[in-house]
Amino acid sequence: MAPSSRHLLGLEGVSASDITLLLDTAESFVEVSSREVKKLPTLRGKTVINLFVENSTRTRTSFEIAAKRMSADSINISTSASSMSKGETLEDTARNLAAMAPDCIIVRHPASGAARFLAKVIDCSIINAGDGSHEHPTQALLDLLTIRQHKRSIEGLTVTIVGDLLHSRVARSNIFALKTLGATVRLAGPPTLLPREFADFGCELYFDVGRAVEGADVIMMLRIQHERLGQHFFPTVNEYSRYFCLTADVVAKAKPDVIILHPGPINRGIEIASEVADGPYSVIMSQVANGVALRMAVLYQLIIPGADGIRGSTVGESTIAPPAPSLPAAAAPAVAAAGQMRVA
Amino acid sequence: MPAPRARRPAVPVEVLDSLRLRRALTRIAHEIVERNGGSQGLALVGIHTCGVPLARRIASEIGRIEGETPPPVGAIDITLYRDDAGRLGATARMEPTNIPFDIQERKVVLVDDVLYTGRTIRSALDALVDFGRPAAVQLAVLVDRGHRELPIRADYVGKNVPTSRTQKVRVDLTELGGSDAVYLEEVSDGSK
Repeated sequence: MAPSSRHLLGLEGVSASDITLLLDTAESFVEVSSREVKKLPTLRGKTVINLFVENSTRTRTSFEIAAKRMSADSINISTSASSMSKGETLEDTARNLAAMAPDCIIVRHPASGAARFLAKVIDCSIINAGDGSHEHPTQALLDLLTIRQHKRSIEGLTVTIVGDLLHSRVARSNIFALKTLGATVRLAGPPTLLPREFADFGCELYFDVGRAVEGADVIMMLRIQHERLGQHFFPTVNEYSRYFCLTADVVAKAKPDVIILHPGPINRGIEIASEVADGPYSVIMSQVANGVALRMAVLYQLIIPGADGIRGSTVGESTIAPPAPSLPAAAAPAVAAAGQMRVA
Repeated sequence: MPAPRARRPAVPVEVLDSLRLRRALTRIAHEIVERNGGSQGLALVGIHTCGVPLARRIASEIGRIEGETPPPVGAIDITLYRDDAGRLGATARMEPTNIPFDIQERKVVLVDDVLYTGRTIRSALDALVDFGRPAAVQLAVLVDRGHRELPIRADYVGKNVPTSRTQKVRVDLTELGGSDAVYLEEVSDGSK
C-alpha cells in the first residue's frame, strides 16, 4: 500500500500544520486567477483523472480548471459515459485507469470509503472529491480558506453548521478540521438529521437554529440532499424550511460581522432565503473562487514530492470507519463491498 | 564530526562592503538611465527574495538622478516556474507575486542579486510574459559569478566575481535584517 501522504482522503486526523500548509499554499495561488495568463507551468507533463461516479458541477469544474491552470492534462470520466455503465466494478475501472499511469485520480463516489478503497488497490495519488456521507476534504479546506481570509485566524471562532448533518460529508470534513484548528463548533438541525452521537466530535448540538447562531462568527449552511434523504427525516420540506431556513431575522442574532457559507448547490427558500444568499454577509461566491486556488494547492502538494511540502511530512491516516460507530446506516460506509459494488 | 578537510577553511571573504555595494547600485541606476534615454516607460521587477529590495533601491536612485517620480517596482516569485521544481520539492514558502502596473509595451528591468546558472532568470522570463508583452526586458544583477548553463547575460552588473562551483555567494541587505555586504564562502557539502 502506498504511503497515505500521497493522498487526500479526508481531514480526520490530519494535523493542524498540514492543514495550515495547504491553506498557505492556496493563498499563493489566489493571485494567479487574476492574471492575464492564468497558467503556471508547474505540473506540465502530469496527468490528472477526474473520476466522477456521482454528479457534480462545482467540484469537477473546479478541479479541472485547477489542473489546467497548473498545466497538468486533465481527463474527465463520468459514470454514464464510461464502462461502469456496462457493469465494470470500481476496482476494475480504477486498475485500468492506473495502468495508463496518471499522476493523480480525483474520485467522487456515492459510497463512503470509496476513495480510501482506491488508495489501497491502485498505485497513484488519490484525492477524495466526496465519498457518500463520509468526507469532502477539499470543500472543507476551501471553506477554511474563505473563513481565514475574512477572520484572519480560525482559532477561537464560533462556527454554526446548520442543516442535514447526518448525510453531510462537507460537515464531517469541516468539523474535523475546525476542531483541529481550535474553533468552537455548533451544529443545528432537526433531531432526525442530528443524532446525539455528533456530540462525540466535541460539538454543541442545537435543535433551534436561532439559539445556535447567537453570537456566531460564521454560519455554514448545508444543502438539503433530496437524493439521499428519502422521505422519512422530516414531514415536509415546507415544515423543515419554516424551522431551519436561514432568514435575515435569524442572521440578525449572530455577530454583526458574521459571514455565511454554503457549499452549493443552494436550494433557495428551503435552507437559505434568497435575500441572505445574495446579501452582504454571504461569501458563497468567494468560496467558489477560492475552490480553484485551494485545489491547485492540493494538486501541487500531492503530485510534487515535498522537500518541506506535505509529502515531506506525514499526513495523518484518516480512517474510513464511520465517525461514531453507533451512527445510523446512512452514514456507515459500505467499504468491504465497495470493490464488488456495481454502479447502477 | 565531519572528517577533516584539506580544503581552505570556510571563512567568508567580503567581496563588497556597504559603501561599494551602494556605489555599484548607483552606477547601475546611471547605466539604466543612459541606455534607455531617461526613465520614461521604464519599470523594475525584483525577483524574490533579494532582488526585490535591490529593485526598490535602484528605482529610487533613478528617480533621484532624473528628478522625477521613480519608475514603478514589482515583485515576482519564480518557485512555480522552476525547471527543477520536481527535484527541489513542493513548498508553501512562496512570496507574493505583485506587479502593480501594466507591463505591456514597457521596458522592464529584471533585478536579482546573483547571476549564476541563468536558470532563475529563465524562470523569471517565463513568469514575466504571463503578465503581458513587455517592449523589452533587461537584466540587472548585483553579482555575476559565472558558470552559466543557459545563453543568458546581464545588461548591468554590479561586480563580476570569479568563483568555483563549490563556493557560495551570500548577499546581506538591511531590508532583510542584515547589514549591506556580499560574501564569498566555501560550501561544506559542495552542493552549490
